[in-house]
Amino acid sequence: MLTKRIIPCLDVKEGRVVKGIQFVELRDAGDPVELARAYDQQGADELVFLDISASHEGRKTMVDVVQGVAAELAIPFTVGGGINALEDMKRILRAGADKVSLNTAAVLRPELIREGAEYFGTQCIVVAIDAKWDEEAGTWRVYTHGGRKPTERLVLDWVKEAESLGAGEILLTSMDRDGEKSGFNVELTKAVSEAVNIPVIASGGAGGSEDFTEIFTDGKADAALAASIFHYEETSVKEVKAHLRNEGVNVR
Amino acid sequence: MIGIVDYGMGNLFSVSKALERIGVPYIISDKKEQLEKTDGLILPGVGAFRDAMKLLDETNLSDFIKEQAHAGKPILGICLGMQLLFDESEENGVFSGLGLLKGKAVKFSGESNGERYKVPHMGWNKLKFHQDSPLTADVEADHVYFVHSYYVSGEESDALIASSDYYEEVPAVVGKGNVFGMQFHPEKSGDLGMALLKNYTQYVQNTEVEV
Repeated sequence: MLTKRIIPCLDVKEGRVVKGIQFVELRDAGDPVELARAYDQQGADELVFLDISASHEGRKTMVDVVQGVAAELAIPFTVGGGINALEDMKRILRAGADKVSLNTAAVLRPELIREGAEYFGTQCIVVAIDAKWDEEAGTWRVYTHGGRKPTERLVLDWVKEAESLGAGEILLTSMDRDGEKSGFNVELTKAVSEAVNIPVIASGGAGGSEDFTEIFTDGKADAALAASIFHYEETSVKEVKAHLRNEGVNVR
Repeated sequence: MIGIVDYGMGNLFSVSKALERIGVPYIISDKKEQLEKTDGLILPGVGAFRDAMKLLDETNLSDFIKEQAHAGKPILGICLGMQLLFDESEENGVFSGLGLLKGKAVKFSGESNGERYKVPHMGWNKLKFHQDSPLTADVEADHVYFVHSYYVSGEESDALIASSDYYEEVPAVVGKGNVFGMQFHPEKSGDLGMALLKNYTQYVQNTEVEV
């Protein structure tokens, strides 16, 4: 049977990983390729690179990073951040990434999802969503611009629209939980996973290996993503998987 | 020397890098004259079946691949490249494939016993070996990385080398004579994927064909 995936996320700025300085066994923890290799060895199923470069130069550097990772690694990886047009997708996917992740740009112009899916196939297009509970609406709202801007869109509508436009996967971040380390947002993830027929990656809130069981069982997530708990070695991919195996969750 | 067939729809970069890692010389080409000189072919592929066959037909590569396969040259189709080896596909209509293997690509229904399931089949799934093959020599059945919405059905039982279970029996490694296919991405499947690719290149090396 298909296994549940554990996906470390790396923030890359001007070609350097900006978290992960506490990865002690590495000679250069800022080197995306080296960090990627370390995660691969721990048993990561996939990787996500988020380009948080502000400059044009930094964006260009990301292409080199993608090529370096693709040359070294035999596991799939996704690149997000700064992908606003079909040209950006071509640049990143031709450099060797397996998928691109679209966030704000897709909300501003949903046709971008269709363009990408038609050109590269739906399996290459991940739609990332920053979701926050809206008390008044009684449901979750989509935020853009790194979670700074609320939009008119509601999460459960947007995921369906994204799927129909050709999204191959949803990367769902709970802003309510992000950075809290109190566990993933089970309710949100379950609602989204049941609303669409494509895989859902849960993100935001992982505090330790025990948080992963619930998001796969009750939350119906197909994959779970975490950044800081892996970077700061609060736990490892290996540890998380050992825990999940013990709890009867099928992992690689 | 391996010839990676470049017809405009493959993830050529990952496949070529994987060959570099295992130290196997290769060329990437869309020219018959060049591909003809190689000892074995790899047919990669990502995207839609119809578009891929159209490109192969337009470039006359489909006839070339058939000729080479019939003459005994080893050929390995990966992901969509594997599906292209079969008779036909039901992806967005019914379209003929290369017809080197019997069977057709059909879509995952997305429903099993009244329960919905996710399509594409995306992620790491375990292989189950059905028979011996040079491709699976000295490797243990473990997990490999799949991304696909269509799977091969109606294959001949002696062509099924390995399968995975995703609500259906999903042919994962197929092969008959010198024609092979992998539904998953060996170039993205960690150590096991690399071992399977290496086995193919070893098979190519051991098969001397004058084509």
